[in-house]
Amino acid sequence: MKHYSAFAVAREALRYHTGWERAWRSPQPKKRYDVIIVGAGGHGLATAYYLGKNYGIQNVAVIEKGWLGGGNTGRNTTIIRSNYLQDPSAAIYEKARGLYEDLSQDLNYNIMFSPRGVMMLAQTQHEIRGYQRTAHANALQGVQTEWITPERVKELVPIINIDGPRYPVLGALWQERGGTARHDAVAWGYARACSAMGMDIIQQCEVTGVRQENGRVVGVDTTKGAIDCEKLGIVVAGHSGQLAEMAGFRLPLEAIALQALVSEPIKPCMDVVVMANTVHGYMSQSDKGEMVIGGGTDGFNNYTQRGSFHHIEETVRALVETFPMISRLKMLRQWGGIVDMTGDRSPILSKTPLQGCFINGGWGTGGFKAIPGSGWGMAQLMATGHSPLTEAFSLDRFKEGRFIDESVAAGVAH
Amino acid sequence: MLILNCPYCGVDAEETELAAGGEAHLKRYGPGSSDGDFHDYLFMRENPKGVHFERWRHANGCGKWFHAARCTQTLEVFGTYSAQVFEPPQKIKDAITAKRPGWTWREFS
Repeated sequence: MKHYSAFAVAREALRYHTGWERAWRSPQPKKRYDVIIVGAGGHGLATAYYLGKNYGIQNVAVIEKGWLGGGNTGRNTTIIRSNYLQDPSAAIYEKARGLYEDLSQDLNYNIMFSPRGVMMLAQTQHEIRGYQRTAHANALQGVQTEWITPERVKELVPIINIDGPRYPVLGALWQERGGTARHDAVAWGYARACSAMGMDIIQQCEVTGVRQENGRVVGVDTTKGAIDCEKLGIVVAGHSGQLAEMAGFRLPLEAIALQALVSEPIKPCMDVVVMANTVHGYMSQSDKGEMVIGGGTDGFNNYTQRGSFHHIEETVRALVETFPMISRLKMLRQWGGIVDMTGDRSPILSKTPLQGCFINGGWGTGGFKAIPGSGWGMAQLMATGHSPLTEAFSLDRFKEGRFIDESVAAGVAH
Repeated sequence: MLILNCPYCGVDAEETELAAGGEAHLKRYGPGSSDGDFHDYLFMRENPKGVHFERWRHANGCGKWFHAARCTQTLEVFGTYSAQVFEPPQKIKDAITAKRPGWTWREFS
């Protein structure tokens, strides 16, 4: 792998950019790997990367049905934050946020991490109490957040209307080191680094079965033939249930569509991320100038990666009251992703009833921000059998009643 | 937009009139049941990529709960029916079989 640097850009400029090599190889699968990861999205690639980097396990394949980063990694609103109420959530999301800080240097790939600050507006008395509580919890967890006044909100976001008729802004939970990153680049950066370690990223290869002997995973059947492995990691978001069924166990998940949209590009007008959970919408401005907007999930089971238009309408309608200036913006694109929701709205990172098979899923609507932390914890779990980061997110927590209840703690949008 | 026919008032209701209520035909387990049954009742949903039976409420209409058979892969609606039944009526099952031969769902087929 050739190192990316300012010098490399200059060198290639002098020879008409003929010297750039492919960022990752596209090999045919080998007969056998130590570890197979199903799903080449952010979480799958990050898991593979930290298996190699932290534990020296480099005989790894990452298998992907479609193309790399083509699922929810390419379909989110790129927000990164860690202002969660529950301790296990704060730990894994803060680990991820911390890793994002110097991920570009670590991967030698510019993921464009922009710690511009994330603001969660309080627009009801209930939210004031909720977010003040979260700010106190975050102080104990070592996550830097603070409660700010409406005046400070207006200072940070001049385009906001803080005394709207229905939902005035009463304050906000502010995480200064939250922000955004280039979502595709996160997948591409991890893929390039994995490939450089000798790992195989096999795209256009669908897993059709999980082979097992005596309660232990021994390999997978794919559209490119059978591949043996010692350990298997299932990291496929929306399709976790299908893969689990192949492996012979069930998951407490339901697949639902979550939509997002972007406006036409406009001049820079808002340099922080604003989330308004009461009215159910959040917005940030991309480097291109588009307003990136997200809202709540559609309410019903859906595997189609498209949603109902009225949800988009509700989201935009809600944001127009708080941001009157967006009322004349044209929306350019809308898309949907399939999110896998658990009962307590927290993910599952766990061993499974099938020995040697691990699951990482159920991130619901909040997966992108967790990618590095999730990969870090999952790699530790797969390599050593235990990780303090993932311990609380095990599959048996539902049976034991140890919920990590972020659905109540975070209100709605994650 | 999803359109479902309410079997009670007969209206073709658009999604904005309806509230989704999750999976239908759940068998409820309570005090005295095993931990496993209670766990499955609370958390384990079929979540199929295909034929799905679900509850809906005609919230901005007659207000009644009803059941719908729908495909989660294509968003095709096979039919709606009364909520006062333990399994889908034969007419609904036949409509599904016509489009998805060999479908199964828990103990039904």
